[in-house]
Amino acid sequence: MIGAIAIGVAGGIIAGLMGVGGGVLFVPGLVIFVGLTQTQAEATSLLAIVPVAIVGAYSHDRHGNVRRREAVLAGAFALTGVAVGVVLANALSAQALRLAFAVLLVAVALQLVRDVLRQQSPSAQVDGGKPGARPDSPGHS
Amino acid sequence: MATPFQLPSDAASDRPPQAPIARDRLLRLAVAGTAAGFFSGIFGVGGGSVLVPLLVLWLGYTQLEAAGTSLMAIALIAGFAAAIQGIYGNVHVADGLLVGVPAVGGVMLGSWLARRLPHRTLGLIFSAVLVAAAVELVLQ
Repeated sequence: MIGAIAIGVAGGIIAGLMGVGGGVLFVPGLVIFVGLTQTQAEATSLLAIVPVAIVGAYSHDRHGNVRRREAVLAGAFALTGVAVGVVLANALSAQALRLAFAVLLVAVALQLVRDVLRQQSPSAQVDGGKPGARPDSPGHS
Repeated sequence: MATPFQLPSDAASDRPPQAPIARDRLLRLAVAGTAAGFFSGIFGVGGGSVLVPLLVLWLGYTQLEAAGTSLMAIALIAGFAAAIQGIYGNVHVADGLLVGVPAVGGVMLGSWLARRLPHRTLGLIFSAVLVAAAVELVLQ
């Protein structure tokens, strides 16, 4: 129980700091520290993402940064992809899924390194509008 | 907010109540949504790392609009995906809430800290943590 709360708080802080999603942290956290299988961790991470995304969307919406109609459309259109992805996640072996997820983690790490190195200098931090820079409000999941 | 790539039909007003969305734009939204949904479903993540760049590159969103809009889409996408995973019996509801609810506070603290801490150094440290987690998953 403490493990889960710690994953939430730590994952949330890092997500807010870096502008990366919480899921990429929740999944390995749930596998390594709570002992869930890869599939259970992914399923549980999805549930954990919902409140974070709702609060984040609300906060962005107050600043006029949500195109609501297109957000709903994108979400509705996603259903087929979601179903195929979930079925595939359950069809693959836990080991294959863990390996694929490890590749994803490395890809996210590389993207992050590229983004921070692309910033002109550490003092250029005030500029929050660049791709990859953290947004002013909760980051994307 | 002014948006550089809005279609002519959307250009007149900031929030057209029911102006039809052009077919071409709908198609791009459908492809972006499907790709993000697949990514979310297979990896248990929100899909923002797919959706945000597509909204910027294909639909002319600013980075902030893409972040905000993707979050609203992700609430739906992750909700669908969690529901389907629930049918498989894979969702640990108590753990999910124990992670997700405190995470809301964590994200707020994190975005507050982001404006006060050296982003570059943290980014490099955090990348190392991600790679370490990847190695740990492979070794499990």
